[in-house]
Amino acid sequence: MSSYNLDVYMPVAILMIVAALLVVGALLVGHFIRPHNPTKLKYDAYECGEAPEGSAWSHFNIRFYVVGLIFIIFDVESALMFPVAAVFKKMNEIGRGGLVLVEILIFLSVLISGIAYCWRKGDLDWVKSYQAPKE
Amino acid sequence: MNDSIVSFLSEFAIYKAFVASVSAKIGFDATSLLTFVVFFIAVLLVVNVMALIGGLGTYAERKISADLQARQGPNRVGPYGILQFLADGVKMITKEDIIPRMSDKFLFIVAPLLCMVGVFATLAVLPFASGLMLTDLNIGVFYMLGVSSLVGVGIFLGGYASNSKWSMLGGMRGAAQIISYEIPVTLSILAIVVLSGGLSMKTLVEGQLGVPWGWNIFHNPFTFIGFFVFFIGALAESNRAPFDLPEAESELVSGYHTEYTGMRFAFFALAEYVEVFVLCGLAAALFLGGYLVPFNLGKGLPLLEQFLQLGSFVTKTLLLYYVVIWVRWTLPRLRVDQLMTLCWKYLTPIALFNLIGCSFWMYFFEGKSLWVLLFKSGAKVAAGHH
Repeated sequence: MSSYNLDVYMPVAILMIVAALLVVGALLVGHFIRPHNPTKLKYDAYECGEAPEGSAWSHFNIRFYVVGLIFIIFDVESALMFPVAAVFKKMNEIGRGGLVLVEILIFLSVLISGIAYCWRKGDLDWVKSYQAPKE
Repeated sequence: MNDSIVSFLSEFAIYKAFVASVSAKIGFDATSLLTFVVFFIAVLLVVNVMALIGGLGTYAERKISADLQARQGPNRVGPYGILQFLADGVKMITKEDIIPRMSDKFLFIVAPLLCMVGVFATLAVLPFASGLMLTDLNIGVFYMLGVSSLVGVGIFLGGYASNSKWSMLGGMRGAAQIISYEIPVTLSILAIVVLSGGLSMKTLVEGQLGVPWGWNIFHNPFTFIGFFVFFIGALAESNRAPFDLPEAESELVSGYHTEYTGMRFAFFALAEYVEVFVLCGLAAALFLGGYLVPFNLGKGLPLLEQFLQLGSFVTKTLLLYYVVIWVRWTLPRLRVDQLMTLCWKYLTPIALFNLIGCSFWMYFFEGKSLWVLLFKSGAKVAAGHH
């Protein structure tokens, strides 16, 4: 346990490099055999055959930000849950499982109250109704 | 603790003798060098096999869809059209490479690369068999979740960099969908981690038994629901129908890869098919007993054991792969608001409930499975009558 060997991470690095080389290599091989006849129209963005109208980089709907925000809260919380979940079994075996259970419940109660709040506020609806919630 | 293919090989005397003879020849300790060489060969093997599986996946998809719709499907190239994917590859590689004038060129080039790297890096911890896995990181499943989210970045960048309205919409939808469905998937995995007591793939798989009643899916009612939550979330994460909104061809032309031609498009497709295999493999490993063989057949004969384990894992994964394709050609596509409702109002609360349920199960029943508890109480009752 104590002698931690970093060798086991070697395949991760090799895999990433091989995958990148696969992409670069296939494009390089293609470079020598594929045709290259540039015309102006080919390099336009596709817009159902019409000339493209303006840029696509404009405003987009704020609901994507809301989804992003809810995601970040949940993802950070669940990332922090992993160490607690991983030691649960061992702690249970030495009789300290209750501690971990309470910890998990505190964590999840924060998450659940968060999602309940979002739900009540209507942020989980894709099309948000802007009427005030009923009293 | 940290096993890998090298530590598996070094249990054999023949590998040790080989290391010793190489060390004697080159004059210094060759252990590290040979570790690298073995890893390199194993990685090349896995990458090639997975690329082949990705290619055959496209063939299987077309053939099964043809079967479901009473058509022929590809049948010209090779016997039963099985070489169709090679012909497609040759076609893709000879296509003209077009990068739109208005696009962000750097990000346009990087996006398929991110998808490929993200998907292939997850193969490092995929447990094909107890010895034949590249490496068994002690953070296995956490690593897998982290690295696979590179795919989401790749899809969003692909949509953004093209500077086309269709791509932009597809990319935005893809990003929103992938990050949303990561939550129920993560929570379902957490429930299994609670029961298994570890993050490495070996711990997660070997906490189960080879026989179906020892699998995590039948461990208790919560994990049974958890499997379906995980599988639906995995379908959505890999952008498979009925969740293929980022590339909905009837609304968005082709979604985030509208502007991609030839090989660059092929990389997105390959990444998708390999990701489906990886997610099916993860589902098999976490819930369906992974590589375990019923009654530990072949124990004591390392080579036979590895072979049977590989067969067990691949069979389960390919069955799930078939289900994924089957679902695609059976169910209609969801609407965007339905997609978000399903994730946030159904799957996430269910997954949270499952996690709490599994935690209580762990605390009160010491993580014993439902069958063990039933058997014990039945035995107690029987003993009381005597």
